[in-house]
Amino acid sequence: MQSPMLRFVARRLASMALVLFAVSLLVFLIFNVLPGGDPAVRMAGKVPTETQVEAIREEWGFDEPLYVQYATTMRKLLTGDMVSYFTQLNVTEEILKGAPRTFALAIGAAIVWMAFAIALGLFSAVRAGALSDRLLTALALIGISMPVFWLGILLSHYLGSEAGIFPHGGYVEFLDSPTQWFWHLVLPWFTLAILFIGVYSRILRSNVIETMGEDYVRTARAKGLSERQVLLRHVLRNSLIPIITLWGLDFGAVIGGAAILTELVFSLQGVGQYAADAIGQFDLPAVIGVTMYGAFFIVVFNALVDIAYAALDPRIRLEGKPRT
Amino acid sequence: MVRLLYGGRNSLLIGIVAALGTIALGLLLGLLAGYHRGWVDSAISWAMDVLWAFPVILIGIALGTALALGGLELGPVRIEGDSLTIPIFVIAVIYVPYLARPVRGQVLALREREFVEAARAQGMGSARIVFTEILPNVITTLAVFLPLLIANAILLEAALSFLGAGVQPPNPSWGTMISEGFDRITSAPHLTVVPGLMLVATVLSLNVFGEGVRDALDPKAKLRIEH
Repeated sequence: MQSPMLRFVARRLASMALVLFAVSLLVFLIFNVLPGGDPAVRMAGKVPTETQVEAIREEWGFDEPLYVQYATTMRKLLTGDMVSYFTQLNVTEEILKGAPRTFALAIGAAIVWMAFAIALGLFSAVRAGALSDRLLTALALIGISMPVFWLGILLSHYLGSEAGIFPHGGYVEFLDSPTQWFWHLVLPWFTLAILFIGVYSRILRSNVIETMGEDYVRTARAKGLSERQVLLRHVLRNSLIPIITLWGLDFGAVIGGAAILTELVFSLQGVGQYAADAIGQFDLPAVIGVTMYGAFFIVVFNALVDIAYAALDPRIRLEGKPRT
Repeated sequence: MVRLLYGGRNSLLIGIVAALGTIALGLLLGLLAGYHRGWVDSAISWAMDVLWAFPVILIGIALGTALALGGLELGPVRIEGDSLTIPIFVIAVIYVPYLARPVRGQVLALREREFVEAARAQGMGSARIVFTEILPNVITTLAVFLPLLIANAILLEAALSFLGAGVQPPNPSWGTMISEGFDRITSAPHLTVVPGLMLVATVLSLNVFGEGVRDALDPKAKLRIEH
């Protein structure tokens, strides 16, 4: 058992490295090679001066062959001396500065959406067909259909500025004031979570309904367990497995960029907002850095989910081709 | 008001054309990969994995920004940076893996079925087998995917436009309108609320419709489109 598992992990990590390499190549191609003008001019921003363009062309080696350019870009990214031409700030440092905020947002939202999805999904499944179930299904569909940024704007405007219940955007360091930190994050957490609550609660609902028809659930009932025990110990545990997988994947996606809109609307100054600002200013070094950062987390979480899945579920064949 | 309608026209146009583009590309790649297997399959699957590894919104931003800035030159055709073709192209490409993977999986299973073998025994060429024997069996999947793809394409377009990487002003779309309204949220909140409501109504109806299609054609279909 031990050695196939290790082999699987090793193979999964290798394929992860390979995908990351390809991603970096693609990012490089998108920004440096895509037809449509001199990359140095684009990199210099909206109103470049001639000397600036010349300096950038020199520094990034745009007159060198492509593979040298790629190596230069990657070296700058990995050694952390990529500097934005717009703000003159170091890209890596800015990303590291924003990361804790993005993590605070993502972790909190992930807890919120999981808790609500389990509660609502379970409730819906038990009441399948009843009015409350249909109402929840309709609400879930609306949640899935809402643009995140629009919801965020409305919540922040009506509950924040108008009603004054919540602060109007911004972020407070946890160490400065834990209560203020929490208060500032409540709306962003829910904004980000709504979509996932909609998706997860519906998946859970159908899983639970399916599981309730299984033989072992009937056995559990027959041996005299209370409905509550049957539901929590037997049905829920088995219905959660696919959701947990999804949770890992989505968490990676949220850290890796899906939180951009929420951060922007609530001005949380995390990595996502940095990305959005960089785009607004056509600040290419920053955009390259942020894209690589996002892809990194997505790929890592995909790999982690696969490995955890293989470790938890003995039915997974370790010999087969890994799901990437 | 007029702007709202024109914006809606752009949003819907982009959503529908992009979804059709995704279907065409995803179908082509899925069929190729599933039917030919071997290195063709490996190459396509790997490319899909790489595209899949990108956060949807980030690759949208990356492509959208780069193209909006420089435009796109494909041989003699030159597409300007502020053309609607660019968000359509970007969104169509981003969603390809979400379709190509299930299609590939289906084709892999279908090509081993007896009726395909029978067709081969009759001496049909691969192209004909793919089009007359395999394609009709994949159509259901496409029908199930189409409404949901359009819904997601519209949402993605709105998000990209909101961030400035989608439809470029002065062209209106619901996303750019929300973005403009956001700047004046205190004095004129309806500028944000109304285009958003239009978006929700459109996407919601597409989602409900998509659910219906799925329940009717293929209730077990596993759909997952990242937002």
